[in-house]
Amino acid sequence: MKILVAVKRVVDYNVKVRPKSDGTDVDIANVKMSINPFCEIAVEEAVRLKEKGVATEIIAISMGPKQAQEQVRTALALGADRGILVESDEDLQPLAIAKMLKAIVEKESPDLVILGKQAIDGDNNQTGQMLGALTSMPQGTFASEVNVADGRVSVTREIDGGLQTVNLSLPAIVTTDLRLNEPRYASLPNIMKAKRKPMDTFTPEDLGVDATPRVKTLSVEPPAERKAGIKVADVAELVDKLKNEAKVI
Amino acid sequence: MNFDLSDEQLAFQDAARAFALGEMAPHAAEWDEQAIFPRELIGAAGEMGFCGMYSPEKNGGMGLSRMDTMVIVEELAAACPSTAAFITIHNMATWMIANWGQENLQSEWGEALTSGQKLASYCLTEPGAGSDAASLSTSAKVDGSDYIVNGSKAFISGAGATDILVVMTRTGTVAEGARGITAIAIPADSAGIHYGKKEVKMGWNSQPTRTITFDNVRVPMTHRLGDVGEGFKIAMRGLDGGRINIATCSLGAAQAALNATQSYMLERKQFGKTLASFQALQFKLADMATKLVAARQMVRLAAFKLDQNHPDKTTYCAMAKQLATDLGFEVCNEALQLHGGYGYIREYPLERLMRDARVHQILEGSNEIMRVIIARRMLEENATETLR
Repeated sequence: MKILVAVKRVVDYNVKVRPKSDGTDVDIANVKMSINPFCEIAVEEAVRLKEKGVATEIIAISMGPKQAQEQVRTALALGADRGILVESDEDLQPLAIAKMLKAIVEKESPDLVILGKQAIDGDNNQTGQMLGALTSMPQGTFASEVNVADGRVSVTREIDGGLQTVNLSLPAIVTTDLRLNEPRYASLPNIMKAKRKPMDTFTPEDLGVDATPRVKTLSVEPPAERKAGIKVADVAELVDKLKNEAKVI
Repeated sequence: MNFDLSDEQLAFQDAARAFALGEMAPHAAEWDEQAIFPRELIGAAGEMGFCGMYSPEKNGGMGLSRMDTMVIVEELAAACPSTAAFITIHNMATWMIANWGQENLQSEWGEALTSGQKLASYCLTEPGAGSDAASLSTSAKVDGSDYIVNGSKAFISGAGATDILVVMTRTGTVAEGARGITAIAIPADSAGIHYGKKEVKMGWNSQPTRTITFDNVRVPMTHRLGDVGEGFKIAMRGLDGGRINIATCSLGAAQAALNATQSYMLERKQFGKTLASFQALQFKLADMATKLVAARQMVRLAAFKLDQNHPDKTTYCAMAKQLATDLGFEVCNEALQLHGGYGYIREYPLERLMRDARVHQILEGSNEIMRVIIARRMLEENATETLR
């Protein structure tokens, strides 16, 4: 069984981000970049499926600037077998990414595509679902448990009301939630082995996809600073303020 | 010339940082306070490849350069300088066995050590031979195909918790000095080995330190490292790298202290303003950062010289050890000061980092001995032309 895992290059979760002074975007110059934590969980799940003997090959794919090959290498160090980088300096948005993933799916015919449920930079939570719509593959999103057996995958999903289990026929798409697994550390021997694993590079044009952004960001600004609170004298004043000032009741 | 880490070094750094933050940092205060030797953690570090970093690959080592190694060690030391330092001592002793051990010794111990399943201690210092290491008196007398070892070794890191001891012994006469010294790897549970009480220390509490006494300990000659009389050379070769390791542990401690101080200055308010808005304190932070970056570059230069096997490598390693451990301690101490009362209590890591970093100025050759090494070289003719 072949698994395709998508990994995104994002600002490291430890970094405190701030907008650029002109408010056009988040300032990522001279900031530590890492693999998106949800994508790391996706890689780990694929590697565990391989260790269980369910999967035979794991392909890790990233899309973005040339430096995104670092994140592909990280996925290779965690246990993926080969890598693909779709290189583009465009602001790649979920629809373009999903279209390019579709092109790769058609090329590689994976039995399972595992993605993070969202990336911690855009928080879009769209790519997996869009890929499902474009390819007509069934999808199990927000996975907290994944079991593959008899040509089907059963995915336990974290939903508002609790847990829901869906049973999908393969090939299928799974997007990972936080509690699916705890990713391993990349060991030195595996980092060194990763260097020798193959990595193919494509451009959006190679895949026949127009990656021009469709959504325009108008401005990026930091959240308003929290103001000091006040003390209310009694319940009546509290209710009054909630009703007339905050207008929440 | 390029001062940037390579992509691979950055990957090593990421891996070491993730491991240190996830597995070491949350427990470092407890290991210190209760003097716990984190044996399991060191095993996990072995699985990461951290127990034989610069040992050759044929023994299961990673075959890394000293530069690669220091990138990793710094990250471990930022979480727990004491445990990171022990791991480097194990790496050094393991490298000695891998480099100079006879075949039987390598096949029996090589992979066990590089994987961290077994641990090694390094035994040079004696109760009466510290800075003057070449005067050591622990004796090894030939008896058939064995050595009989007698004497004692002091301040041995890991003693009582490790599996093999790399011991510098005197096989020649006292008059022969350094040339009469031979290195032997002695299994730590050999009959006749007695371990002293666990020393109560200022820092480095996550690793036991004991005196080891050898009372007619019999060890086969096949456990000798290198040739007879080659021990002091091996000891000094090991210490070049050991000094980079210890210097790097100070860099890690100082970086952790600096990180904590930077965020504390932005948060802590006095007189209605953050500490960060007082210029006197800004200048302190600036000095700490400058000292740390300067120290790191000195250590990287020395690691580079050692990797190149430069004729002056020992001098550069001594410079790096002295500078980085002195500046590293200063940075930790300033960081503690900037934290005020919070720096002095154990709820914050500053006092632990400072206590751990203090011993780096003493061991692996005291910083006074480092100056002796540097000055001796500097006073040679033409030194000013080559030592730059």
